[in-house]
Formats: sequence, C-alpha cells, structure tokens
Amino acid sequence: MSDITAPTLGEYVDTPKPRAGVMKDLQTFKASPEHQQALGFPGTLVDDWQNKAIQRLGELLDTQRGLRVYLDSCVKCGSCTDKCHYFLGTGDANNMPAARQDLLRGVYRRYFTLPGKLFPKLVGATDLTREVLDSWYTYFHQCSQCRRCSVFCPYGIDTAEISMAAREVMDTIGVGQKYCNEIIGKVHKIGNNLGLPEPALRNTLEGLEEDVKDSTGVDVRFPVDVEGAEVLLITPSADFFAEPHIDGLIGYAKVFHQAGISWTLSSHASEAANFAMFIGSHEQMRKVAMRIREAALALKVKRIVVGECGHAWRVAYSFWNTLIGPFDFLDPRYPQPQHICEVTDDLISRGALKIDPSANDERVVTFHDSCNVARATRMGGRPGGQMEVPRSVIRSVCNNFVEMSRETTGDQTFCCGGGGGLLTDDLLDLRVKGALPRMQALNTVVKEQKVTHMAAICAICKSQFTKVLPYYGLNREMIISVHQLVGDAIVLGAKE
Amino acid sequence: MAYEVNGQSVAADEEGYIINLAEWSEPLAKVIAQSESLELTSNHWEVINFLREYYSEFQIAPAIRVLTKAIGKKLGPDKGNNKYLYDLFPYGPAKQACKIAGLPKPTGCI
Repeated sequence: MSDITAPTLGEYVDTPKPRAGVMKDLQTFKASPEHQQALGFPGTLVDDWQNKAIQRLGELLDTQRGLRVYLDSCVKCGSCTDKCHYFLGTGDANNMPAARQDLLRGVYRRYFTLPGKLFPKLVGATDLTREVLDSWYTYFHQCSQCRRCSVFCPYGIDTAEISMAAREVMDTIGVGQKYCNEIIGKVHKIGNNLGLPEPALRNTLEGLEEDVKDSTGVDVRFPVDVEGAEVLLITPSADFFAEPHIDGLIGYAKVFHQAGISWTLSSHASEAANFAMFIGSHEQMRKVAMRIREAALALKVKRIVVGECGHAWRVAYSFWNTLIGPFDFLDPRYPQPQHICEVTDDLISRGALKIDPSANDERVVTFHDSCNVARATRMGGRPGGQMEVPRSVIRSVCNNFVEMSRETTGDQTFCCGGGGGLLTDDLLDLRVKGALPRMQALNTVVKEQKVTHMAAICAICKSQFTKVLPYYGLNREMIISVHQLVGDAIVLGAKE
Repeated sequence: MAYEVNGQSVAADEEGYIINLAEWSEPLAKVIAQSESLELTSNHWEVINFLREYYSEFQIAPAIRVLTKAIGKKLGPDKGNNKYLYDLFPYGPAKQACKIAGLPKPTGCI
C-alpha cells in the first residue's frame, strides 16, 4: 500500500482524458459467507444468479419509480462527466457518472425495454454476463453516492440511487462487500459499527469525564442509559473511538452541560451511522434504525438529537419518519430528530451559552460540507439551512473563518473521497485519488489565506481526511470536528 | 493469507489480521511487523501490551484517546499523543497496532 501516490496539486484540477479500465483491478474485498448470512443474504453467488438478479432489478423498478426514470432518461449530454471526484482523480472512463450508470442501464434495457429485447445492439443493451457483474462490483464500489453529478444533470438523474440499486441486486445474489456488510452485522449484534460493547463504552466515557475535569475543573457528564433524560443523543460510534471525532463528542457534552439539558447516550442504540443506506437495502436500513426508536421509548426521552455524521443525518432527516416513526411520543415543540448543530446554534443565538471565540484565535478555519448533509437534508427548517447552520455555529465560536471556492462548497461540495461505504483500506488508492478536488480547494486557502484547520460534521469525512491529507503534503491534524471548535470556546460554569 | 512462525502456519484474513486470536505469540508479532516493514522496539511493545490487556478486559481495542493517555502515564507526557503513536505505527495506531497485537481490525467510520 505504500506505493500509492497522490495526484499533484496544481492551480486547478484538470479534467483528465478518459481512459478505459485504469481502475478495473481495484476491487473492494467481498463479504464472507458469514457476513452475508448475518444480514439474511446468500453466502455465495447463487445458482441461477442471472435470473435472480434480473428478478430483483425488476422488483426495484416496480417499487422505486425514480430508478426507472433515471435509467430511461440519460441523453449523454456530458454535463456529469467532469463532476465526479473519482473520475477527476482516476481518469477511468467508467468513473464518469453516465458511464457508471450505463453499466446497469445496459442490462435494464436488455431485459425491461422492448427495443432492448428485440435489437439489443442498436440500443446499447447488454446481457447480464459474469463480466458485467464483475464490472458492477468494481465500479459501483467506486461511487461514493455523493450525488454531486446529479446536481449538474439536467434531468436530475441520481447516480447514488443507481449505485444503491446495483449493490442491492448484488447482495441478493450473494455478492456483497465486506466493509459494509461486516459492519451492519455488528450493529445488529452489538449496537454499533465498531462492535464496542457496553462496558468499553462506559470505560471510554468515564475517561472523557476525567479528561474534561482535568482540563477545565468542571464535572461534565457523559451519561449512558439514563431513563427520563430529556435528550437521547445518537452519534456515530467513531465519536467514541477515533481522532479528531472524540473532541466533537466532548463538545456536545459541554453544550448540554452548559445549557442545563439532561441527556443520555444509549448502549442499545450506540450508533448513528446506517450503512444499510449504502447497500440500498430498505429492510436492513429499517432494522438498523429501529434500535433508535426502541432506545428512545425505553429511556422515555423527549427529544432525539443526532451528532456529527453525514449520511446518518440523511437517514434521520429523510427516512426515519417512514422507517421508525411516527415520533408522536416525543416533544412536538422540537424538530424530531434535531441535528446537534441546530441545537447549538439555537442555544448560542438565544444567548444560552457563554462563548469566548478568542479561544480559537490560533486557528484559521474553513468548512467542508459533507455530501449527504448538503445534498439530501436540511437544518433549521429552511432550504439551505444545512449549509448555513453549521457555518453560523463556526462563526459564533471562531473569529477566523474562510470559505473554499464556491464550486466546491454548499450543494456543489466535493465528497471527501471515502463516503458511501468506501472508507476501507482496500480502496485506499481510490480514496487518495478521489480526494483530489477537495485537497485542491483546501490547499488553495491554506496557501492564500493561511487556513490551519478544516472543520467537518461527518465521521467518515474526518477519518478519510486524517488518512489522506498526508498524501497531499498536508498535516493530518488539520481536520477538526465543528463541536471541537465549540467545546474549546464554551466558557463553562459561567452564566450570562 | 498466512504467516509462518517457527515452522507453524498462522492463518490471517486478506488484510493480514489473524483469524484465531489464540494463535498470537510474541514471535508472531515480530513476523507480522516485518510484513509491515516495522522493527519492533520496546516502545512498540508498550503499545502492543497495553492493547492486549485492554482487549482481554473489554473485547475491543481501546479508543485512541484511551491509548494515548495510558502511554502518556507510563512513558511521560511527551509520548502521550497521536504523533508519537503515528511515529511508531505509521499506517495508523488503531489498525496497524491491532494487527501486530493479534486483535481484530477495528471497523466503522475510522
């Protein structure tokens, strides 16, 4: 793995000349039979897999009308080609979004459209062969489902939906990805992606209480399974384990502490992430999310707040109500669920927290919009709030804030390069290359505006940048949680 | 894949994490480290031993913060930080150190 090299950063990202198959040999590890079966999928490629795959694709076409529209409507206008970070970073022709879609579209045409059934060669229809299945596995695991291409598509074709459908079809015939499926199995068994059992969770949180006491002199609590707490915090388990995530968790705790809001974590639902979205399985998505409803009911909380996790906020904001709702047992005066940035921003704007932004004066901060938050959710109950609220929080706690270039932020943000179930070591080469557009934009503000830190609100983004920044000659510790900035600037113990 | 140690073969997964945790031994740790181009010093062993102790109690590797704190207490505050751990385990203290210590790979958004 040491032979991975990053593309060189120049003044701007050149659109590469498409080349066939340069990334064809990079296949993510397949799930073992054990990992597959834990999710109810066949352990290995089933007999009669072609027919079963076609059948499953047909079911998806019937139940997800968008999918059929997306597969029908591409006119090959080319708008999407240079919008994908993986294409920009690798130059592989199949990483152009329209070409990626075509891997599934050709099969759709062959089996589900009249011209494709009668004259396949004339309409780009292809038989589902082993080679095609192989190309699906490779290239639908080189898509992070970030949906940037769909912003620029005049028809709004959502490549993420196509990629999710392809992964679901593959799981159904026994071809799954190790990274996602092993993790989903751990959530079913233990309650989080890490496989962090309750005693270890409690031990970690006790350690954090000591740390905060040592550094501030204040008893800030990190409660677990407290029945009757007002807020249930659902946060990615990386917040209990990884750097810089854990400082974000400390920030949430300080916010709740200082605002006097009683809160609790749940050992049963100790995970915000829901990787079932990445594999396109609604059934798995519901099962993963259901733990949260169960925990909220058992703990008799009044509110559910979601920590810094990009795709989790998409699942929570867009899907929870249909998956695990209704939330009529929660307090209707609050948005349910609510993002931690909404909670903090609201408290700051009401003067409920005393903030000393000079605590962050050593930092010049920029903000990386996470794809799922920016393109699939809202905050603050208004369009664009998902971009404004985190920035409002940062500006409140930090005097030096700088934007990266417009075509890389907001709803045009570039994926970190590790989203959509691709944050795995076996895809590191792709992750390094796919980070190119973000690294380019970051490097520019580092050079021109002396940016020292990039804040984010997604566990995947934070881990991905920690890993890939050094490949681009940047310091891995540049990446920081938004709530670390908050936590460092909160004046504890003082009330206005 | 598999590691060869003292004439015995120890099975590992495709990423080099051993399958049967009971097969771990100090000589095996050295072999795994070699395959990662690392030479184990006493500083590495401090980390490896702590990981194994923590794992035997909690059935999971410690959070990085827990690890840095423990190392800092034992070896001094100049060593209780991420940079020190990355100097020892350049591929990342969580994954690479776990692999050498014979623990399962930490999974998730990490």
